[in-house]
Amino acid sequence: MRISPTKFISLLFLVLSVFYLYTAYNIQVFAFDENAPFNARTFPIYLGWAGIILSSLKIILPEKITTEVNHKHLDYKSIIYLIIISLIYAAVILKIGYFISTSLFLFASYYFLGERRWGLMFILSFPFVAAFMYLLHGLLNIYLRDPFLKYIGVMG
Amino acid sequence: MIEGILIGLSTALSLTNILMVMVGCFAGTIIGMLPGLGPMTAIALMIPITYGFDPSTGLILMAGVYYGAVFGGSTSSILLNAPGIPGTVATAFDGYPMAQQGKAGKALAIAAYSSFAGGTISAIFLLVAAPSLSKVSLAFRSPDYFALMILGLTAISAFSSKGQFLKAMMMVVLGLMLATVGQDSLSDITRFTFNNMNLTDGISFVLIVMATFAMSEALTIIFRGKDPNRAAKQISLTELGSIKVNKEETIKMAKTIPRSSILGFLIGVLPGAGATIASFLAYGMERNYVNEEEKQKFGKGSVHGLSAPETANNAACSGSFVPLLTLGIPGSGTTAVMLGALLGFGIQPGPRLYQTNPEIFWSVIMSMYIGMVVLLILNLPLIPYIARILAVPRNYLIPLILFFSVTGIYLMSFNNFDIFLMIGIAVVATFLRLYDFPMPPLILAFVLGGLMEETLRRSLLISDGSPNFLWDRPITLIILLITITIVGWQIFSTFRKKN
Repeated sequence: MRISPTKFISLLFLVLSVFYLYTAYNIQVFAFDENAPFNARTFPIYLGWAGIILSSLKIILPEKITTEVNHKHLDYKSIIYLIIISLIYAAVILKIGYFISTSLFLFASYYFLGERRWGLMFILSFPFVAAFMYLLHGLLNIYLRDPFLKYIGVMG
Repeated sequence: MIEGILIGLSTALSLTNILMVMVGCFAGTIIGMLPGLGPMTAIALMIPITYGFDPSTGLILMAGVYYGAVFGGSTSSILLNAPGIPGTVATAFDGYPMAQQGKAGKALAIAAYSSFAGGTISAIFLLVAAPSLSKVSLAFRSPDYFALMILGLTAISAFSSKGQFLKAMMMVVLGLMLATVGQDSLSDITRFTFNNMNLTDGISFVLIVMATFAMSEALTIIFRGKDPNRAAKQISLTELGSIKVNKEETIKMAKTIPRSSILGFLIGVLPGAGATIASFLAYGMERNYVNEEEKQKFGKGSVHGLSAPETANNAACSGSFVPLLTLGIPGSGTTAVMLGALLGFGIQPGPRLYQTNPEIFWSVIMSMYIGMVVLLILNLPLIPYIARILAVPRNYLIPLILFFSVTGIYLMSFNNFDIFLMIGIAVVATFLRLYDFPMPPLILAFVLGGLMEETLRRSLLISDGSPNFLWDRPITLIILLITITIVGWQIFSTFRKKN
């Protein structure tokens, strides 16, 4: 039996709703609030049940409109590269600072998306980020934390 | 009201704010023009920039971006037949055939004049309707607000789901679930944090918007990059033709604009409806109004067919501000993003905004009108140059969108947990979009989640836990009956399709 992707997503949503409802019932409330008409559990419990009912209906009822996606037309390779680069970027941003991590992220993203004009890639990464930082930090006075630039004395 | 208008004008006409409207319109036009990126993404990308601004200036910038993005969406509809936003799909029906006939410049000018006229007429309606509705909405109590939010969420699900109501309702529940993460507003009990300190304050609204719109849209563009149906169509952007509109075309526009403006504004006021429905309805209505000879031109480059949806979608944009400013309840995904931004500035929109922060209330309304003027005088002569933006390769565009998204979150919290969370939500949202699970209901539900729980809490406490509050007051009952009608209509139309 082949399950459609929409029904599979609905099934995942059903599991999520069951887990959410279980967690909702286990929310610790104050003793005096336990039997109150409304406490911290009430709304999440309603939501949990709503999620279960809606996802069950989606699974049970026949699909009138099916969403067809041709997987041959999906560019999995580029998206996986982009997600990995983004995760690395998130992991190092605090350690090596905003300027270097962002510039490298942009440069690497251009490269993995197939760009090879090195000069343009460079301009749209390092100088571009520097200009953007100047706009935020220098002109708009929006604090931008960068321990590395602070260490070398570029930022105050 | 005159005093209010003067307050609004004096705020909106300050040098900084005029500059912000111009920057907003320009940036919005560019972002809205890029297929796949709409006003919600444009506004979301602007949020980090407004951190350092005072609330009026920030909102004025966002209002400019909103109108600019709608106009930009029309440009890509006309030139590429690739609508930047759903609200400009109907624009392509007659705009693109005109462009193919070598009258792209004229089509863009008609779109700009119609947008301006639609926006102007609806701004006048807003000016009159908003204060009156503010007074009426002071009579609203917690059960009415709760019912109104249920109506808004049901309506947006019905209208944005392309016939897949259950999917949209699942997104509503998911949005509400995400809104419950963190401390409970009354008891301070933490919920669904799983002992993670980073979640104690809940998930940030900016994070959700960036993840589900800006970032997931960028990922979707890359993901579907090999799809031949979605590949960007090439058009000569150097031969746009004249932007002059002749007398006959002006007369045609003059007939279409008033009726489409009224329709657009009224549709915009309805919760969940908005620019897309307004533009389609206006197109359909116009086709019924014109004579047989004009009717034959529809779909082949009709001035009426282009002017009607363009007028209506701009009028609907103004209309959608009515429930936001008067009730504090956004009627569309875009105004939900605006509500999030307002809350970020520490402003609670609603009937009292008119009294407590008149300068914000009026300056937003006035800046909308100024935005229209700026769009007309700034963008129209720049159309040939702006059109070249459509040639920006995605290899540069996508990383820049990701960069703005991450920067927005980093500026807000300076921790990388939020960036990881955003990437995770964006990946999930990308797959959900792939299978037509709509994101606007999720955003609206996330924004309304806290307020909805609060009004339900008050209603239940007042009625001592009884559900009687749902039918005790006539306003609540009427709103709930409308909601039931919408749900009933969805069920009926599903069965009708089956038969």
